[in-house]
Amino acid sequence: MQTTEEYKITDALASFVEKWREKPGNLIMILHKAQSEYGFIPRKIAIELGRILDVPLAKIYGVITFYNFFKLEKPGKHNIQVCTGTACYLKGGIDIIEELEILLGTGVNTVTDDGLFSIESVRCIGCCGLAPVLLIDGEIFGKLSKDDLPKIIADIRDR
Amino acid sequence: MATITLTDLKKLREDNKESENIHIIIGMGTCGIAAGANKTFDAFLDEIKVNNLKNITVKPTGCMGLCYVEPTITVKTSGQPDIIYGNVNCETACKIINEHIVEGKLVEGHIFENPAADIVNTENYDSDYKQFRIVLRNCGVIDPENIEEYIARDGYIGLEKALFELSSDDILNEVKKSGLRGRGGAGFPTGFKWEFTKQIESDQKYIICNADEGDPGAYMDRATLEGDPHSVIEAMMIAGKCVGADKGVIYIRAEYPLAIERLEIAMAQSKRLGLLGKNILGTDFSFDLEIRLGAGAFVCGEETALLASVEGNRGMPIPKPPFPAVKGLFGKPTVINNVETFANIPVIITKGGSWFAKIGTEKSKGTKVFALTGKIKNSGLVEVPMGTTLHEIVFGIGGGIPNGKAFKAVQTGGPSGGVLTEAFLDTPIDFDSLVAVGSMMGSGGMIVMDEDDCMVDIAKFYLEFCVEESCGKCAPCRIGTKKIYELLDKISQGKGELSDLQKIKDMGAAMQKASLCGLGQTAPNPVLSVIKAFEEEVLEHINDKKCRAGKCKDLVTYTIDQENCIGCTVCARKCPVNCIEGAIKVAHKIDQSLCIKCGACFEVCKFDAVIVS
Ligand SMILES: Cc1cc2nc3c(=O)[nH]c(=O)nc-3n(C[C@H](O)[C@H](O)[C@H](O)COP(=O)(O)O)c2cc1C
Ligand code: SF4
Ligand code: SF4
Ligand code: SF4
Ligand code: FES
Ligand code: FES
Repeated sequence: MQTTEEYKITDALASFVEKWREKPGNLIMILHKAQSEYGFIPRKIAIELGRILDVPLAKIYGVITFYNFFKLEKPGKHNIQVCTGTACYLKGGIDIIEELEILLGTGVNTVTDDGLFSIESVRCIGCCGLAPVLLIDGEIFGKLSKDDLPKIIADIRDR
Repeated sequence: MATITLTDLKKLREDNKESENIHIIIGMGTCGIAAGANKTFDAFLDEIKVNNLKNITVKPTGCMGLCYVEPTITVKTSGQPDIIYGNVNCETACKIINEHIVEGKLVEGHIFENPAADIVNTENYDSDYKQFRIVLRNCGVIDPENIEEYIARDGYIGLEKALFELSSDDILNEVKKSGLRGRGGAGFPTGFKWEFTKQIESDQKYIICNADEGDPGAYMDRATLEGDPHSVIEAMMIAGKCVGADKGVIYIRAEYPLAIERLEIAMAQSKRLGLLGKNILGTDFSFDLEIRLGAGAFVCGEETALLASVEGNRGMPIPKPPFPAVKGLFGKPTVINNVETFANIPVIITKGGSWFAKIGTEKSKGTKVFALTGKIKNSGLVEVPMGTTLHEIVFGIGGGIPNGKAFKAVQTGGPSGGVLTEAFLDTPIDFDSLVAVGSMMGSGGMIVMDEDDCMVDIAKFYLEFCVEESCGKCAPCRIGTKKIYELLDKISQGKGELSDLQKIKDMGAAMQKASLCGLGQTAPNPVLSVIKAFEEEVLEHINDKKCRAGKCKDLVTYTIDQENCIGCTVCARKCPVNCIEGAIKVAHKIDQSLCIKCGACFEVCKFDAVIVS
């Protein structure tokens, strides 16, 4: 999906860039800030950052594409991150993903038509004791079974 | 507040020792919160208010280690043993106030054993405890967002000694004497690592804490940072004083927001007191600390890749030597240690290297923290002296396998390690013994598997992980991981041939020898250990086209027993691809050409009519 929205450097991002400008190796920290502002890294912002920091765009994209954490596509309003780390895998993390795909009618790394949800598979969020787990909007749901999912989705929808 | 002096610090320590109040301490690590600890916290506050009780402090703490019964709380009453309660929801919280606090009666059914003796403020440790907590000494005890509580529990004594009593050679000697070996996986002696950096003349040196914790299924470092961030900060300064570094970086994975937040709070607090920053405690030692975030790349846990990442680049490893100890961050000598390694340091300096060296085995000193997960009853964080057997952890502390299933294997070392069968459960845990039996210590992930887990599937899982995480710089790893994965996939589909096993072994051996970094060198370990330890099961997949655990979808078929099926239609309605035919009260049938083998019909049938074969 190609976005037509206009993205501008937010004040928060601009001041973050100022704070980090002189520090060597600042690029990854700045990209983290950018992603926390927009939910992903819009092309326009990548270009702007390249200009402000005097870093070639190729280098910025090189870094973004190397690291799984950075996204080039806009995720759903609620990005559902399902853990498929070892502990969650053993305890049925994949079943959780498959059930979500059925419930939401969309696959991993894609967004529902209404833009509300996207599903992502992530490797371990450190709550292995509660496996299988998923993370939505910073909230962790643990000891999941497939039957818990419709309610979780419905609650988020109502927010 | 102006920076404090040594006298102020000592006073602060005395002033904050135990008060007379009753303390209700609530485990509020990431997973505690996920299990509802916030609500439990509020329930305690409300109930205390309703009952108009005085002199009760309710406070948060980090992981107590009993992750399987979260939310967990401890009730501390001076002069009485601590009581740990698990599964404390709001209702139980009210009960604890009304029965335990008000009436002095314990609340049955929620009480859990204290896992370990407190090594702080105690002279004799009761040997009855199964665990021994050095790294986790403050986790589940202090409020990690309150520096005074850390200080009151001997916090920053190590730094005090390092600044006022010990020379940098003395510090090094204590660390060497302790026998501490790196907890990040490789087990390199920490003292020697520091010595390399110490010996080199340089205008700038760095101390880096590796908090990338990439092994999926491990969370020891997260729990340590969330529960006791100051111990790592203090240790990094001690290392700085020892080797002559005045800058530190904590490289932490972005997936750990709470650990990052608590580190930031801790750093701000130590700065405010003048325990971090310029001229610490009025001495000429200064230390500057900064957090850098990882971004979801397992390879960045490898030290040269980590350095590239901190420098703002793609995290690709480079050949060693030169080692980071000599040529590290921005080309300067750099000590890189793991979170858990650092968390031992303040205790080693405070209690002495020889105190530490008394714990553990001859070549592996101290303790090790494990994240015990998978098919295990008491899933959680455990810290045991080196030399404890796997059996003791899995069946003693871990309580064995749930749901009456049979134990199959325990995996240590994550994507770099191996599986161990029942025959090896008596292996004492230390760096060398685990390698000798075909696995490795790793960073502390310990995953238990039961009869329902297919070992070919597990091997495939780890390989897939390595395919995704290989940085692609060198061919043996980039191509090898992919090829082995494809062969395993073939085997799991029942298309495997006997010669495939030899191919896997040959490629694995080549990868171990020729890969540039540890990721590629160790990526074949899980599959090689599976082939060795579970040869029969692997051969079954190849020769008999059979998966005994029923996990390899291509090797199972779902059919409906025409006798048993009563025609309730439940399965037909549940089947996601509508491939089950039949009318009410008529035996149903599965169209095998459409079935995706999701197993839904098997799960929902109440009449045992769906057969898996
Ligand atoms: C692929 C790979 C991933 C690694 N991941 C980590 C990690 O997440 N955390 C860690 O402390 N060490 C990790 N290591 C080990 C580090 O390279 C390094 O040995 C360690 O941080 C040194 O600290 P220590 O001596 O205190 O163990 C990894 C190594 C490799 C090859
Ligand atoms: S072994 Fe793998 S991860 Fe390591 S440098 Fe080579 S390709 Fe990259
Ligand atoms: S659920 Fe079982 S009994 Fe009911 S129609 Fe399906 S196979 Fe038959
Ligand atoms: S296994 Fe799944 S796809 Fe196959 S018949 Fe049963 S429910 Fe339908
Ligand atoms: S494996 Fe899922 S949270 Fe760790
Ligand atoms: S109690 Fe939460 S991480 Fe263990």
